[in-house]
Amino acid sequence: MVMSAGKRDYDLLGPSAQHAVDAGLTAAEWYHSEISRKEMKALMRRSDQPAIRDTVIWLGCMLLFAAFGILLWPGLWSVPFWLAYGVLYGSAADSRWHECSHGTAFRTRWMNDWVYQIASFMMMRNPVSWRWSHTRHHTDTLIVGRDPEIVAMRPPAMRRIILNLFGVVDAWQAMGNMLRNASGRLNPQEATYVPQSEHARLIFVARIWTIIYAATLALALWLGSILPLMVIGLPRLYGAWHHVMTGVLQHAGLADNVLDHRLNSRTVHMNPVSRFIYWNMNYHIEHHMFPMVPYHQLPALHAAIKHDLPPASTGIWQAYSEVLPVLRRQLRHENWFLKQSLPETARPYRPEFHGQVEPAMAAQ
Amino acid sequence: MPSWIDACATDDIEEEDVIRFDHDGAVFAIYRSPDDRFYCTDGLCTHEKVSLADGLVMDEIIECPKHNARFDYRTGEAKAAPVCVNLRTYATKIENGRVLIELMGAQ
Repeated sequence: MVMSAGKRDYDLLGPSAQHAVDAGLTAAEWYHSEISRKEMKALMRRSDQPAIRDTVIWLGCMLLFAAFGILLWPGLWSVPFWLAYGVLYGSAADSRWHECSHGTAFRTRWMNDWVYQIASFMMMRNPVSWRWSHTRHHTDTLIVGRDPEIVAMRPPAMRRIILNLFGVVDAWQAMGNMLRNASGRLNPQEATYVPQSEHARLIFVARIWTIIYAATLALALWLGSILPLMVIGLPRLYGAWHHVMTGVLQHAGLADNVLDHRLNSRTVHMNPVSRFIYWNMNYHIEHHMFPMVPYHQLPALHAAIKHDLPPASTGIWQAYSEVLPVLRRQLRHENWFLKQSLPETARPYRPEFHGQVEPAMAAQ
Repeated sequence: MPSWIDACATDDIEEEDVIRFDHDGAVFAIYRSPDDRFYCTDGLCTHEKVSLADGLVMDEIIECPKHNARFDYRTGEAKAAPVCVNLRTYATKIENGRVLIELMGAQ
């Protein structure tokens, strides 16, 4: 199952995509930790209450911080309010987008859909296109040439990651995509995962967004101030750092082209503020293994299956102290990766799939 | 002439839940709704052939465990992305505490 070592090609239309299909890595059967149906049903159960509470706090704080930011503009005292507003816009919206794309945040469907639309707009991710992109990410997680959402490639795109701490590359590309979609066209990669029946809706949303951004820009020009853009658009840049900081840890430095989320995903214990912003996606192995479990139940899922998982990193900095040396090494040896060790209570990695997955061998 | 297949006991399925039933190389999903009715559909999601019996039943909806695709299990209708193709449904009846399904007249 392990693809031969060589230059990785992340293009969804490139040769790695065909290799993945030929190697049986696409739409494959992934490893799952054992958990009783009764327990899983309890964990999957939907509820509106936690997400309503969190959404009221999220949007309420955004309104409050934006109001203070505008009142104190352009004074230096407005800066802390913009920084806080930015993180809620450019980072907390990422996890809301994510959870609502799964439809698990709320029990009530229209609540999921509304928050999904709002968060998609903030993150500049077309809600139609990105729903399908994320579907592919879950089908073919970290399969080179198939997964369109690989952040830390091999060799790691360090410049891109650093620039994206301020949303530079992602927002620039998102704007280009939005304008392309608004003109009625999809890029060729998008067309590989968005069904034809969804194209019209994708284009419609892009046109609405283009009007909103054009109106915001026009208002800024008319006022002779960037203030309107501080509220809409720019926070995707100045508030992006937290979602990049936490998002990189999801898969960076771990194995690719495997069929066990314990090998390619990472769980990290985080402080309560980051967990609120990130909506518990720090339990990332658990989320990939059981995407039906809502964010507010992930700590309980972690407790139920942690005996079968690699030990969680104890914090963001501890995780980075593990990840950064691996990324540095991958700059020279792109086949190097971190193989997460399992506790004695865990079922071993399946030898028929992952017997050859050894970083030392792969790096040779 | 309908041919009814004995699939399971009514007690095998909890209320608002689903179980898998394999028959003649095919996979089916049998549901028990919150109002204690029984339904049967194809057992694999039309998106990527994942077993729906591992999914979540909420009211009249079955949600696929892999990508959260949603179907109305009473009609088989695909309700939300990433599914665009409906599930086939099969008639059911209860006799002596057993759930019987009729495979010839798929909808």
